Amino acid sequence: MPALDELTAAYEEAKADAAFWVEFDALSRDYSGRPTPLYLAERLSSHCGGARIFLKREDLAHTGAHKINNALGQGLLARRMGKHRIIAETGAGQHGVAAAAVCALLGLECIVYMGEEDVRRQSLNVFRMKLMGAEVRPVSAGSRTLKDAINEAMRDWVTNVRNSYYLLGSAVGPHPYPSMVRDFQSVIGKETREQILARCNRLPDYIVACVGGGSNAIGIFHPFLNDKDVKLIGVEAAGKGLKTGKHAASLVAGKIGVLHGAKSYVLQDNNGQITETHSISAGLDYPGVGPEHSYLKDNGRATYVAVSDKEALDAFQLLCRTEGIPPALESAHAIFYATKLAGSLSEEQIIVVNLSGRGDKDMDIVVEALGLEQ
Amino acid sequence: MSRITSVFKQSRRKALIPYVTIGYPSIEDTLKVVPLLASSGCDIVELGIPFSDPLADGATIQKASFSALKNGVTPKLCLEVAKELSLKVNIPLVFMTYFNPVFSYGLQEFCTACASSGVDGLIIPDLPPDEGSELEAITQKHSLDLIYLLAPTSAEERIKLVAERARGFIYLVSVTGVTGTRGNLPSELGTFVARVRKLAKQPLCVGFGISTPEQARQVAQIADGVIVGSRIIQLMETDGLVSVDNFIKELRYALDK
Repeated sequence: MPALDELTAAYEEAKADAAFWVEFDALSRDYSGRPTPLYLAERLSSHCGGARIFLKREDLAHTGAHKINNALGQGLLARRMGKHRIIAETGAGQHGVAAAAVCALLGLECIVYMGEEDVRRQSLNVFRMKLMGAEVRPVSAGSRTLKDAINEAMRDWVTNVRNSYYLLGSAVGPHPYPSMVRDFQSVIGKETREQILARCNRLPDYIVACVGGGSNAIGIFHPFLNDKDVKLIGVEAAGKGLKTGKHAASLVAGKIGVLHGAKSYVLQDNNGQITETHSISAGLDYPGVGPEHSYLKDNGRATYVAVSDKEALDAFQLLCRTEGIPPALESAHAIFYATKLAGSLSEEQIIVVNLSGRGDKDMDIVVEALGLEQ
Repeated sequence: MSRITSVFKQSRRKALIPYVTIGYPSIEDTLKVVPLLASSGCDIVELGIPFSDPLADGATIQKASFSALKNGVTPKLCLEVAKELSLKVNIPLVFMTYFNPVFSYGLQEFCTACASSGVDGLIIPDLPPDEGSELEAITQKHSLDLIYLLAPTSAEERIKLVAERARGFIYLVSVTGVTGTRGNLPSELGTFVARVRKLAKQPLCVGFGISTPEQARQVAQIADGVIVGSRIIQLMETDGLVSVDNFIKELRYALDK
């Protein structure tokens, strides 16, 4: 708690300091490669036969996903607070890689907690983190995935709170993380808004984004919250099917609970024990979700749906073949939903999908799942 | 006056407060060990309701919690165990668990059940005092003490807040970190206890990382009670109840010396 009070005060101060944002914007441009393009996926759109599908190309950001936006913002904040030891957790490894990169950039020590299961299925990202100087600590507790990595990172933080900064990667956890992560990620939505207005002179009809903890989704949703005609759709992981219990759809199938210091929808049993989740995409494999998404679900501003492993794999292949873009398996969930939706809409309508990351890290999983020859 | 408060008011000795995870290694063990703890010189017993994500716990209690959950331990079963124990022992029983199992049970329902099961208080490490007002009101209505924690890094504001709200005693976390045995007590412990003492009138009990009679003796010189958890779990696991009994007697002797 003292650490959260300190962080809240430091963030409020940084937020009000124009110089902080000048540096954030400059590094976003020169280091991360922002703004990322808004790309009209014509062949994908015509394949679906309906609405035009635009892809917000976060996969082209440095380190291959939107995660760099938040890592950069919090890295700058940590340095400002005089904390030189950075702790991070990672699921798919994308946040770990982004944190490792930012720590190398800013000359900070970096320790990344990662579930053993995720270390196994995302070995390429483990190697990338190590190359950039981070120490990767496998976590063998519980389900050995993202939830357990967060537990272990929080335990490290409370132990080494005086010199350490916890660089949480999603819009989850205790205040101020959900709003701070949203603020750093809302650059995605701000750019999208400007880009679609410049190109089409109107706002999109739908914005579709995948939701694990929900940082890419809240980042693209947030600048559109007051545009009531823009429908916001979050896509969770239905894993092997909602009925099998092997999924990670907290908003679609969970109950309200308290996990990692936030009240939100949580996958839990009748006794309030957090249940193990499953998704083919490590980044969506989390039993909770950011509290702001729970709020948007309850007030009806956003709609949440779930897409299965198999559907995500289909979308992965479809985007590869129609556009030559392998999406991250996380983002493939959003792609799948958007392609189904597009077919039910007219050609005048516009869907923007947040292509939150690239699929290079997922090649081993895809090869295994599809039974392809290496 | 609550039963917990009277432990500190009436007894001239320092309070010895052990922790056990309910259902670890088995329910039978819990039912046997608690009367033993009471008869070997403990003053209050902390009963852990296992949770899937015990953020404040180190490896030993994490393992005990997972094992208990695997054995099918639920909050409902824990309430039954507490009820049975409250008929066997005379010292106060305190539940230690995390917020979600209590929230899922229903705050009102859980507190009603605690009161009728002979439970005297609750420790919920992931419930900070600024989020605690709802549970505070309900626990008060059922004469349960809601015990808050403070850490060495707690600012004066937070110490004051806890001093206003805490009932029973205040749980001082000896180190920044999680539960588990440690070689040495932190050198700053004395300053920390003194900081809280200046602002709070409640009894102060120190836990996290205390595992030897010598550490317990040192803590007792500055605090009103000593909480020991992970070491007891380890002994139950490897050496059985006789060694727990011996260990508690050694602690008691060290505290009274």
